[in-house]
Amino acid sequence: MSTVIANNLTKKFGPFTATDSITFQVERGEIFGFLGANGAGKTTAIRMLCGLLRPSSGEAQVAGYDVYRQADKIKERIGYMSQKFSLYEDLSIRENIKFYGGIYGLSRPVIKEKTQHIIEELQLENVVDKLVGSLPLGWKQRLAFSVALVHDPEVVFLDEPTGGVDPLTRRQFWEMIYAAAARGTTIFITTHYMDEAEYCNRVSIMVDGKIQALDTPTGLKKSFGVDSMDGVFQILARGTSTKG
Amino acid sequence: MNRFFVFVRKEFYHILRDRRTLLILFGIPLAQVLLFGFALTNEIKDARIAILDQDKSVYSKEIGNRLLSSGYFKLAGYLQSPKQLEAIFRKGQIKLALVFPPGFSDDWQHGKKTQIQILADASEQNTAIALNGYASAIIQDFAANATGGSRPMSIEIASRMVFNPNLKGAFVFVPGVMAMVLLLVSAMMTSITLAREKETGTMEVLFVSPLNQIQIILGKVIPYLVLSFINGCVILLLGVFVLGMPMAGNLILLLAETLLFIFLSLSIGIFISSITNSQVVAMFMSLMILLMPTIFLSGFIFPIESMPVFLQYFSNIIPAKYFINIVKGIMIKGIGLSYLIRETLILLGMAALFILLSLRNLKTRVS
Repeated sequence: MSTVIANNLTKKFGPFTATDSITFQVERGEIFGFLGANGAGKTTAIRMLCGLLRPSSGEAQVAGYDVYRQADKIKERIGYMSQKFSLYEDLSIRENIKFYGGIYGLSRPVIKEKTQHIIEELQLENVVDKLVGSLPLGWKQRLAFSVALVHDPEVVFLDEPTGGVDPLTRRQFWEMIYAAAARGTTIFITTHYMDEAEYCNRVSIMVDGKIQALDTPTGLKKSFGVDSMDGVFQILARGTSTKG
Repeated sequence: MNRFFVFVRKEFYHILRDRRTLLILFGIPLAQVLLFGFALTNEIKDARIAILDQDKSVYSKEIGNRLLSSGYFKLAGYLQSPKQLEAIFRKGQIKLALVFPPGFSDDWQHGKKTQIQILADASEQNTAIALNGYASAIIQDFAANATGGSRPMSIEIASRMVFNPNLKGAFVFVPGVMAMVLLLVSAMMTSITLAREKETGTMEVLFVSPLNQIQIILGKVIPYLVLSFINGCVILLLGVFVLGMPMAGNLILLLAETLLFIFLSLSIGIFISSITNSQVVAMFMSLMILLMPTIFLSGFIFPIESMPVFLQYFSNIIPAKYFINIVKGIMIKGIGLSYLIRETLILLGMAALFILLSLRNLKTRVS
């Protein structure tokens, strides 16, 4: 079953076509890398899939719901995390979990259980009542990911979730992503790090609003005749005027 | 758990944990009311005066005594010659001097025109105007009583400035401070708190969540509505019980108008945050386009009638001007809604305008 389906999905801002007829499907529990230079149309695509932006044409379904008519239903069933980690720094860890659980309509006992689960998994027992602002960046990042999953979404959109984080922390973060995917959560991730693209099950590369390549990392490297994802990206990006 | 309640509770956490916010919310209003009420009042007590009595008659003594027993003036000393006037003014020892010309009482008794000269230290312009007004009023009162109204008053005072000696400072300042504080708290704080969510990226996450935009904005704004209303009530209580404002009109009407003004201020705050993503910009916009014009152009400190014509027209778009009129009307004159319908409608119209503009801005950003 596909969790995310896009069919000729297009968004125009006046004469400018930000996302040009993109088509892809993401399976349940898949880690799907959504790559492209800045301005290639990734953010516009994600905003349409999250129900924030109405497409100009084409079709899309997320978690089985239509982006035109059932945006409210989609919002209930997706998680979202951006590179800013989006936690409230003046709230404690417990209060952040309580807040995000609360706005997704979880009941008190469920929130309590989730809080317990998250602090055990991230080993935050000693700091659970500390303000988030006092935590190291890596902890915030993992906490933000756990919070994005607090309502057990079917798919979680990660918009450059590893920006500004050191390699070791990034690896720990990817372990969490794999664990979530293994539990059946679909992962839709954008990144600037080409080594991270290798961790994905499948990767799409957008150039100027179009998807120019979509395959497994191994398949992409083979068909472009290079030995790294960086090589693939260079070949695709070089042919265009869009620069990061 | 109710989603909306969760959201409002979070907003209260933000407010209660930020010392700066708390200070702006509760410290500044208190300090301002008391400052404006007591220190910056234009009612002057015990101003030091000197008297140069070249007449030395019963009447000149009587006039001097009346001034000194009024409570506004305190005697610094009697002068012997006009030469001393300049020196004592230069030293800043007195605010006002009273000069009786030689033969003052003779002239007056024989129905001739006479003059009493009032000299005021105009380096503090407003004080000078006020003191001059007090002194003039007392002298004219004396003249009218002494003649029993049978003779036309024949003491001429060398001043044409008129001031109502009964005007209390608090009457002018309490409505002004209230308008200023409510505007500051409601508009500035909401615009900052909304901009902060955008700056930290949490707004994005809220938009992706099942909460809709109206819920998000209401959730951010309701705590400030509650706190602003409490603030308004505190200022009113201080005004009435500490500064001696009268409460001539309908309290319910006054509270309703206060809520309306808070609602307008909040809608301005939402509007500001809909055109900027930065807390700093939101703050400066609030200060520059709201606070400064409110202080200077609402009639709070400077009378609108004495402004240049251009600024008088400009003052018509200052919301605080209408609110100050409403508060004064209800508290001092005790007038009802039928007399305030124009001001009320203007405030309602402004609120509607800002809500519409904000909604339009939000929409263009989303689609």
